Amino acid sequence: MSLVLRLDGLTKDFPTGFLGRQRHRALDDVSCELSRGEVFGLLGPNGAGKTTTLKLVMGLLRPTAGRVTLFDRRPDDPRARASVGFLPEHPTFYDHLSAEELLTYFAGLCGLHGTARVAQVARVLDTVSLGDARQRPLRQFSKGMLQRVGLAQALVNDPALVILDEPMSGLDPIGRRDVRELILRLRDEGRTVLFSSHILSDAETLCSRVAILARGRLVATGTTSDLTADHTRGWEITATGLSPAAVAALQAKVARVTRIAHGRYTLELDATQRPEPLVADLVAAGGALESVSPVRATLEDVFLERVS
Amino acid sequence: MTRVWLVAWHVFKESVRDRVLFAIVGFAIVLVAASVLIGQITAGQDVKIIKDLGLATIELSGVLMAVFIGVGLVSREIERRSIYSLLAKPLRRWEFVVGKYLGLVGTIVINVALMTLALYAMLAWLQWTTPEAIQRAWLTPVVDPALLKAIVLIVAELALVTAVALFFSTFSSSGLLSAGFTLGVWVVGLFSEDLRGFSALASSPLVGWVVNAVGVVVPAFSAFDIKAAVVHGRPPVSWTYVLLTVGYAAWYAGALVGAAVAVFTRREFT
Repeated sequence: MSLVLRLDGLTKDFPTGFLGRQRHRALDDVSCELSRGEVFGLLGPNGAGKTTTLKLVMGLLRPTAGRVTLFDRRPDDPRARASVGFLPEHPTFYDHLSAEELLTYFAGLCGLHGTARVAQVARVLDTVSLGDARQRPLRQFSKGMLQRVGLAQALVNDPALVILDEPMSGLDPIGRRDVRELILRLRDEGRTVLFSSHILSDAETLCSRVAILARGRLVATGTTSDLTADHTRGWEITATGLSPAAVAALQAKVARVTRIAHGRYTLELDATQRPEPLVADLVAAGGALESVSPVRATLEDVFLERVS
Repeated sequence: MTRVWLVAWHVFKESVRDRVLFAIVGFAIVLVAASVLIGQITAGQDVKIIKDLGLATIELSGVLMAVFIGVGLVSREIERRSIYSLLAKPLRRWEFVVGKYLGLVGTIVINVALMTLALYAMLAWLQWTTPEAIQRAWLTPVVDPALLKAIVLIVAELALVTAVALFFSTFSSSGLLSAGFTLGVWVVGLFSEDLRGFSALASSPLVGWVVNAVGVVVPAFSAFDIKAAVVHGRPPVSWTYVLLTVGYAAWYAGALVGAAVAVFTRREFT
């Protein structure tokens, strides 16, 4: 797979204090790569460095150390940005323009002209369901509608890489669902999507890979299944044919016993216990083993563990 | 270059929809109308008063446009965070800065042209309604093409004021501060010739040197003021002087826009 974006030891310090003599390290030696067609989630709590990373990728900030390579070019090269669409966090635009005028302006900056520009503007406005509001001034738009305009302007140049900074921010459940569907559609069209979020369920649903940032450092990266596979929260054993006395005896050895239908029980072990001795005990007590399965951690478990 | 014109066109569009512009144009109309009234109560001086006040109004309203729209050219984009989306497009930073500059200069040129037409229309009306015997006493023609020399230098002056405002706009986050600095530079520039002369009169050599340095460094806005000369017809102002002064404005504005590009190219957007 061809490489779309590469971060190499990316570090960013911001001056603080009187006359900026002190330094605050917002990003510390972050490296990762994105290949074509991936949906990559940049996760982290507030202040972890997600927005700083995305601004460095877009050339809005310059790294203190390290390097960003966007389509084999530096971000300050306009040819690199020609294939990128960017939605900043809480986007705001020009109150005096309509959505159509704004997109026409931005499409022109991306090199589109004439009928191709008109068609592309109409297409992206329809994509974000703003076709009916195209001629309304942006000052009359709600926060959710502005977020849609932000998405539309990020797509106006038909980008191969779409970078979205907190795309679900400020959206109602319907808006969030629409953005999720849009990201999946972009993925199906073969585009690469990089988005930052602290809504883990969205990342779990959408991302082929995620990276977790905490205090400016990359603390985990990989597919969601890879990240959660190493984190077994415990075991769940399902058995039948156990007498009440046997259940009472086993209860002392497990975290929890739950009776389910037709004389079946689930026995839950925590992560510190192994299932084999319990399986032997319940077979000895006359029970029949139905299943033994590990209880995998969710992305939230991994996230909380890594960022704490 | 297409992107430069797109940015410039956007500035023009934004300016003509801006309340600030309407306020300034409204102010200009009131002043021009006032010049007619003042002219009517000033025996024999009505033409000069209308020309004087008309040119001064065009200059002052242009300066207000250049300062109050100019200082927001870049800083407003940063303030409302539209800069993030804009610079994410394949737009070079110099294209953005130059486009902004040309857009506002274009807006100002169109406004000055409209106000000039209004001034000439008023003078033509005055000529049409004044008896020929009275007209013979006037020293200069009423609809005087020489006024265009003053207009050309007003446009050059405004292009330079816009460059000063743009320069401050690229690094100052406070519009009010940038407006203060720009107006300050303009006012000091109006006295640049006096400042250079003052150095010889200063009691302390250091004070004299500093005042002279300020007089040399700030744009010599005093050189653009030929209003009185064209209104009164003396001393005569040659087109050579006009063109040389325009050249000076172009050189200085170019240097300021270049400095603005240099500052903006290095700027980070947190």
